[in-house]
Amino acid sequence: MLRFGRNKNNNERVHVPDGFFNAPTSVATGLIAAGAVGFSLQRANRELRETGPALAGLTAAFVFAVQMVNFPVGAGTSGHLLGGALAAALVGPWTAVLVMSTVLLVQGLLFADGGLTALGTNITLMGLITVLVGYFLTRALMKVLPRRVGSVVPAATVGALVSVPVAALAFAGLYSIGGAVDIPLGKLATAMVGWHVLVGIGEAVITAAVLSAVVATRPDLVYAARHLQQDLVLVDADGNTSTVSPDRPIAAKPAGRSLGVGVAVTLFVAGGLSLFASAHPDGLEFVGAKLGFEGAAKDSAVAGSPLADYGVHGIGNAQVSGALAGIIGVLVTIVVGLAIAKLASLRTNKAS
Amino acid sequence: MSGDGLLVAVDSPVHRVPAQVKLVALFVFVLAVVSTPAAIFWAFSLYAVMLVAAVVVAKLPATVVSRRLAVETPFIVFALLLPFVATGPQVHVLGLHLSQSGVLGAWNVLAKGTLGVIAAILLSATTAPRDLLAGLERLRLPATLVAILSFMVRYLSVVSDDLHRMRVARESRGYTGGRVGHLKAVAGGVGVLFVRSFERGERVHLAMRSRGYTGRMPLLSVSGATRAQWLEGLAISLAAVTIAVAARVVSL
Repeated sequence: MLRFGRNKNNNERVHVPDGFFNAPTSVATGLIAAGAVGFSLQRANRELRETGPALAGLTAAFVFAVQMVNFPVGAGTSGHLLGGALAAALVGPWTAVLVMSTVLLVQGLLFADGGLTALGTNITLMGLITVLVGYFLTRALMKVLPRRVGSVVPAATVGALVSVPVAALAFAGLYSIGGAVDIPLGKLATAMVGWHVLVGIGEAVITAAVLSAVVATRPDLVYAARHLQQDLVLVDADGNTSTVSPDRPIAAKPAGRSLGVGVAVTLFVAGGLSLFASAHPDGLEFVGAKLGFEGAAKDSAVAGSPLADYGVHGIGNAQVSGALAGIIGVLVTIVVGLAIAKLASLRTNKAS
Repeated sequence: MSGDGLLVAVDSPVHRVPAQVKLVALFVFVLAVVSTPAAIFWAFSLYAVMLVAAVVVAKLPATVVSRRLAVETPFIVFALLLPFVATGPQVHVLGLHLSQSGVLGAWNVLAKGTLGVIAAILLSATTAPRDLLAGLERLRLPATLVAILSFMVRYLSVVSDDLHRMRVARESRGYTGGRVGHLKAVAGGVGVLFVRSFERGERVHLAMRSRGYTGRMPLLSVSGATRAQWLEGLAISLAAVTIAVAARVVSL
């Protein structure tokens, strides 16, 4: 890791550590992540049987290595790639979810980067949301753009640009239900999204540059654009021409009705988290704060440890919000799972 | 990038505990730490003492552990900002107006994050990646995921070395990557790296197929852990759970 580490101190690849979210939130996001990985395993099964686990493993190694590259993104600053949207465009959403989860798992277990209980949160934010938002936005835009392989570059650029702030928004939403400290959601969301729009611009620039390099050399490898491959024109010795459609065993299906569902799911995942964050009982918290803080504030003037009283109350509060987070998290998992299953069945029907 | 991850290759009782036991122990420990109320300070000092004892038993150099703690830095910054942005009643420390819940939140993030990172360092420094994968396999991680993980770990150094060679080549042509104009060169290299990795993946798969691969990898793990090993490995975690429960009861 240190070999590329000339500028290792400005590595903005930030993983949520243990203790950042309370236990119920960690468990809930862990369930979401496990469900997403299980579903992706199922969806990617066909591809994995055909291309083998080696390909996914090497793609994961690629993402891991590339996350340490410093890209000059302008104004004298360098950026790092998160890689969710890029991986989705290159190897498809389901394999990309597996690849990103693998990368996060290896970083968490082998390199002590990101907490183990926060693994679910990290996979949900960086492995699931960035990939799905990036991919489905890319596919939606490709529907509008000219039907050329090259269209994948601008489409994925926008996908990458949007995917990062959406993940940041999801983080803010998660934090407002499962974080121990009551930062106003608006303040946190504004700060997180504001900063991550900048990160997203870097991500977009890097994604565009890398993707156009791949499109220039091996356009057939770009999963998101495989259905746009030109037919091969063969000319034999007598000058007869014939066309052969290129080998596309695991081609992505052309954008269709499924896409609308996909985008809806993506937006739901993105927006839903912050929406149900506002369903968080602010009134309850307000009352709790009133009751708890007043007493603690008086004590704190006297007691050497000003936080002792407050902490007790704060935890009781966090438990309530945590339980809510758990319940809502599971509900969201079910709804999202059903929606994705619906999308999956649509795609399968089209395939057969 | 070594293929050994962060392994510190010495022999110690902690190194000898089977990986699946260590994984479960780490998970239980961290979960206990995370669910401890932040204001119960003695619980955190007990956790810290137990972790330090484990680090000593594992014969890990203190410098290695402290250097690897650096991954936590961004969240230390975040934690230090909390007292200034959180709402609620204020306390006055050295003329600064700090939010009480923010101060407690900062302590919460710092204490739990640091304990979690040290515990994770303990795991990664005492377990070889291959054993870790075998442990995950014993813990019933889906076989496909274990296969992907093992290929990633196996080829990490290959891909990293590829990238390193390409960087040396690029910089020797003058593209040191400092300016925007160099983006194309850097990104072009990364694009080529993807194509190379992809093609390598295809070659590896075909080579496996020609040697009789039918879709199932051979099992990585040979034998399970004994009851004594489980007890030995989980000792700290069980103590942590007891402390967490006690802390909860005290805080009620």
